[in-house]
Amino acid sequence: MKSDTITKYVLLISSVVILLVSGGMVFSLIGDAVPVFEKFGWRFITSTEWNPTEGRENYGALPFIAGTISTSVLALLICLPMAFATALFIAEYFKKSSFSSIIGSMVDLLAGVPSIVYGLWGFYTLRPFIVSLGLDPQGYGIFTSGLILAIMIIPYATSISSEIIAMVPNELKEAAYSLGATRLEVIKYVVIPNARSGIIASFILAFGRALGETMAVTMLIGNANIIPTGLFSTGNSMASVIANQFGEADGLKMSALVAIGLLLFVITGIINAVGKLVIKKMS
Amino acid sequence: MEVKNNTAELKDNSAYRRLKDKVFFGIVIGVSVITISPIILIIGKLILKGFKQINFSFFTEVTPSTYDAMVAVSNNETIPGGIVNGITGTLLIVGIASLIAIPIGILIGLFLFESGEKAYARLIRNLSDILQGVPSIVLGLIAYLWVVKGITNGYSALAGSVALAIMMLPLIIRSTEETMKMIPGSLKEAGMALGVPYYKVILRVLIPSGFSGLMTGILLAISRILGETAPLMLTALGNPMINWDATAPTSAVPLLIWDFYNDPNMVDLIWSSSLFLMGFVLTLNIISKRFIAKQ
Amino acid sequence: MNTNIDVIENPVLKIDNLHIAYNKSDNYAVKNVNVTVKKNTITAIMGPSGCGKSTLLRAINRMHELYPDIQTKGSIYLNEEDIMKMSSIHLRRKVGMVFQRPNPFPTMSIYDNVIAGYKLNGMRMKKSERDQIVEESLKSVALWDEVKDSLHKKGTFLSGGQQQRLCIARAIAYKPDVILLDEPTSALDPIATSRVEDLLVKLKKDYTIVMVTHNMSQAARISEYSMFMYLGDLVEYGKTKRMFTNPRDNKTEEYLTGKFG
Repeated sequence: MKSDTITKYVLLISSVVILLVSGGMVFSLIGDAVPVFEKFGWRFITSTEWNPTEGRENYGALPFIAGTISTSVLALLICLPMAFATALFIAEYFKKSSFSSIIGSMVDLLAGVPSIVYGLWGFYTLRPFIVSLGLDPQGYGIFTSGLILAIMIIPYATSISSEIIAMVPNELKEAAYSLGATRLEVIKYVVIPNARSGIIASFILAFGRALGETMAVTMLIGNANIIPTGLFSTGNSMASVIANQFGEADGLKMSALVAIGLLLFVITGIINAVGKLVIKKMS
Repeated sequence: MEVKNNTAELKDNSAYRRLKDKVFFGIVIGVSVITISPIILIIGKLILKGFKQINFSFFTEVTPSTYDAMVAVSNNETIPGGIVNGITGTLLIVGIASLIAIPIGILIGLFLFESGEKAYARLIRNLSDILQGVPSIVLGLIAYLWVVKGITNGYSALAGSVALAIMMLPLIIRSTEETMKMIPGSLKEAGMALGVPYYKVILRVLIPSGFSGLMTGILLAISRILGETAPLMLTALGNPMINWDATAPTSAVPLLIWDFYNDPNMVDLIWSSSLFLMGFVLTLNIISKRFIAKQ
Repeated sequence: MNTNIDVIENPVLKIDNLHIAYNKSDNYAVKNVNVTVKKNTITAIMGPSGCGKSTLLRAINRMHELYPDIQTKGSIYLNEEDIMKMSSIHLRRKVGMVFQRPNPFPTMSIYDNVIAGYKLNGMRMKKSERDQIVEESLKSVALWDEVKDSLHKKGTFLSGGQQQRLCIARAIAYKPDVILLDEPTSALDPIATSRVEDLLVKLKKDYTIVMVTHNMSQAARISEYSMFMYLGDLVEYGKTKRMFTNPRDNKTEEYLTGKFG
């Protein structure tokens, strides 16, 4: 009996690690972000000027917030049709066939590629390709970053939506076929309505991934501390600015970078919580 | 009357609907092929460009100096040296991260499995889900604040390990809990009914019968962190030499790729290092799939 | 083996030399079936589980096409028209189907479920026309009074028996010639079952009904014609009354007297 009580306590105490890590994370991020918020207040979020020159220091995160949101939204828009079509391929058209498992494992492989390798491929293959299309003379910026982010988040969106699509009961599909529906009509009137919230959740979670991606974006966005003005404009994202400017940071600048990390933590936390909530509501 | 009307209309639209159906099917196939094409292009590029730099010294020597690389490139020779400092660094950092995350993760997973839907367990589960969504660069910041500034007073392998361990933890917790749920409850009850202490039931019954599930979770978690770069830039920093001291700056394969990317003389090494990293990650992926197949 | 004794003139359905296999290498799950079905009757298909009765039924509206592995040989004529030469859209318009487990579309209201055939086939109608079809169909399955105040609620909140009647309404709203039912009462309680049976008897004056049942007494109660299938063969086919009182085949007799099945 006694050893059982000890076991129970060991398990209980181990769970405290999660409390400590998450609590400590919030505490540390807020604690180290305080100086910059004390100095600039809301201007930290609304100002567009990022100037680390001593004496004239000013830290405004708006360009990075704009850069993160615009690359991630673009990635989501590109990812939507691609992940949806691939999920239909895997879970509807070729369900349980070897075609579906081949495409499925290739999508899994996409999820296994490290961010930095995506960055390299984006830099050496995608960027010259965009230049050769005449879309932009340099090939850096929001569009290239959004495109590579889209490729990176497609596996997440595809794997969740294909699981949900595969769960749509066969008997409902048969009922629709027995009424003369074509496959497209079955997808439109039976598969999508029944899988809707799961599909939405998968895209929310994929969007959350895009927000925090660092290396590939850092290598492709152009690292200009400005609010992007268009699809091919350069810019900078929240994660990239931390990666780029961390090396030479201390004092107020370090506090500003931690504050950006805190913002990123809060935004991705909210997006992920919404996605998980949608999934929970469904089941 | 009405029936006839509808039938007429049906005849009219059925060819059009069939066409739409076929066109959509074509689009699905086309888009799916486009979706998976990057993986083929990426692996192809890595093999084509990385192959020629992979030789014996690639695995036995440390990274060359910029000067040596420049000389080699200007003489059209292969760059001397290798990435052994990165390989040992990755082993050190990932090894410590695994030592931290695997036991704690399994214990927490067991705790969640035991506690079911109690409010406290739900809180832990949700927090673990939130941790899983935290961007890796933020975990790098945290490890910097806690370990680099707080413990090792400087960049260190340990700081990198802490960042990666926090990344691994939710994955291990989740896979442990899912694995435990799949073990028939009667197995556990049979053990308990014999009066065996609970910790022995865990060690002798639960963990062995869920072994392949646990291994899958662990290998997938390791393959997920192997290629992480951003958090290591903020913590382990890098080191041109082989280092086994957890409290000193340490290199890692992804950090080397980042260095090579930023050094025009080292470009040739980018591809071989990436090929090596991808090969490592994919091998782990494939091995873990084997474990899934065993289940 | 095909003992089609009670001859039927001008059949609605005529099945010739039908063979069905689940994949190329498999044995036939349905072997050499030759049958004709009389207009405005209920024809029951009986037999122990795995005898191929559902497989036969699902060939009539070409449901097997959804599963590319399934191989079908032989021909089926609907009002003397070869169904293999019809478009499946058109065929399924004329041959409705009701499934074993009630399967109203959970994302659609009761109203939309009844009208689903039209909606799925992209047909535009005036609201008054739609209202009329919904009301008529629900009245003919005796569901109108129970649901007329909740037409725009989801169909999944109904009881199992109500859901199955809704599914029958969905099939007949689309005005088919033939309705196929695959063990339509096997998931229902006895009271709901008897309501569905009464309904089918009423419906046969407008439709030709072919139903699979594993319940012999159900076949005896409501069908005019019966088929008995065993291991993919159509062992016996004829008037239900005759088959139950004077079976021609030993297997049929053994099954009907409860020796197996």
